[in-house]
Amino acid sequence: MSSEATSAKTRSRWGEFFVESGIRILGFSTIGFVLLIFFFLLREGIPAFTKVPLGNLFGTRWYPTFDLFGTLPLILGSIVVTITAIAIALPLGVATAVYVREVAPGWAREILKPMIEVLAGIPSVVLGFFGMTIIAPLIRQGLGLPTGLTAFTGALILAYMALPTIISVAEDALDAVPTSYRNAGLAMGATQWQTIWRVVVPAARSGILMAVMLGMGRAIGETMLVMMVTGNAARMPLGLDALFMPVRTMTATIAAEMGEVASGSTHYHVLFAIGIILFLLTFILNLAAAQAMFRKRRQGGLR
Amino acid sequence: MASQAATSRRYLIQRIGVGLLALATLAVVVPIVLVLATIFVRGYQAINWEFLTAMPRDGMKAGGIFPAIVGTIILIFATGLAAIPVGVGGAVYLSEYARDNWATRTIRLAMINLAGIPSVVYGLFGLGMFVLFLRFGTSIIAGALTLAIMTLPIIISTAEEALRAVPVEFRTVSASVGGTRWQGIRYVVLPQALPGIITGVILGLLRAAGETAPILFTVAAFYLPRLPRSLFDQTMALPYHLYVISTQVPGMPPQIQYGTALVLLILVLSLSLTATVIRSFFRRRRQW
Repeated sequence: MSSEATSAKTRSRWGEFFVESGIRILGFSTIGFVLLIFFFLLREGIPAFTKVPLGNLFGTRWYPTFDLFGTLPLILGSIVVTITAIAIALPLGVATAVYVREVAPGWAREILKPMIEVLAGIPSVVLGFFGMTIIAPLIRQGLGLPTGLTAFTGALILAYMALPTIISVAEDALDAVPTSYRNAGLAMGATQWQTIWRVVVPAARSGILMAVMLGMGRAIGETMLVMMVTGNAARMPLGLDALFMPVRTMTATIAAEMGEVASGSTHYHVLFAIGIILFLLTFILNLAAAQAMFRKRRQGGLR
Repeated sequence: MASQAATSRRYLIQRIGVGLLALATLAVVVPIVLVLATIFVRGYQAINWEFLTAMPRDGMKAGGIFPAIVGTIILIFATGLAAIPVGVGGAVYLSEYARDNWATRTIRLAMINLAGIPSVVYGLFGLGMFVLFLRFGTSIIAGALTLAIMTLPIIISTAEEALRAVPVEFRTVSASVGGTRWQGIRYVVLPQALPGIITGVILGLLRAAGETAPILFTVAAFYLPRLPRSLFDQTMALPYHLYVISTQVPGMPPQIQYGTALVLLILVLSLSLTATVIRSFFRRRRQW
């Protein structure tokens, strides 16, 4: 072999080494980004805990201009809106997934699947705009309320935001149920409905649970839509009628107020502290969903 | 006969059950159609050449939305420029190099969490890191980098799926003619997976194009009737503009609001259509 060819070969070997090392680094970059995000949230958010007494920070009154940083109404606001949204989206989403996967004729499936993809693609600010201009006035008139911008309005539209996630995860879960289960059910003389209701859906329940958690994660983190349609009143959402009153969530508070605060002020740090709470909440929800997924994958259930 | 009554009762229940499922599906689909139809019907009158190519005038109540359209397109390209190399590299690692061990599981966990972080928290991070710590200021580069990290999980997971779909034989054959592992990836696997990768990139960028919260404190200008001059300049963007004119400006003509919503919707949906077409076209054409 000529020396030229050998040197070309070593050069390409070195090049290869660099490329493969680069790819390895890129592969691990996602871990780095998660850590980086958490680091910057802590860096800007921790001072809130030293500057504001905990009693104030977890108090019930949010009036930043008077140095009252009670985040409790915001946390409860997020929880009320999220749980209501999931209560609406879960039955609709699972039923739709079952219909699309188990019952719908081929042509209907060809229409339904792209429709749900379209819903997933609609920007939340567009849904928020639609909610403000069309849904909120309807709810105000229909229920005789002083304003249509309420927790319920937000939850209703938020449910549609979470639906594509819930439907697609639930569909995957139904897909993973072996056909033999369905055949066995039918062979026992059960109707198609009995097979779906008593065999297929129970067999897919851990996947459906995962859909709920991912859906909750989406709902609790949604910002623009919630800011535009929930009315943004930072009051404690207590009592049943709170659902039909304005409410304010953690995400909306950050989005609405961060633009107006001086960086480095107490208010600024508190908004980052709310960011830490949101980060941890979604982290836990996603971790739980991921655990369900890994467990399923080990059992060879969910592909 | 008693059993016949029971049977007919079972089929009645079946009919009711399936009917309820269909009803729920309608309750999901009909509002989607209503949203699209409303925005189309009320928005299309606003759309004309001036609306698309003129600067806003009169406190945004007249004129066009040109700077917001251009801003969003610049943001899409800048985000892609940052996200594509990292996303495709990450996908190549996961599909071609990663073994099934705890390190890989940690990467997947990180991806799931990255995908789940609320968009407004990305905004906070972008503000803390790019705008303030790295001193980029409120700028296109700060917003694009924030959006790029947000789109990574989508790009990586779709691209990985496309790479994994390429049969093992392609790699074996490349190795059997003396190709190294990287050569096999570079000249055989990546070209085969390209349509799938492009689909993933479009899906990621589509998400970036429609997001408002991450650009709220990193790029978006409330009202800037000129085009950005550099990557370190602010810009208007369609989603933020829609938010501004529907909540922050009193007395806004509804036509302009619906027109802006329609332009944003068309942009996002045409991207999503492109992704779908590429995917189905190449799926039909491929030989394996």
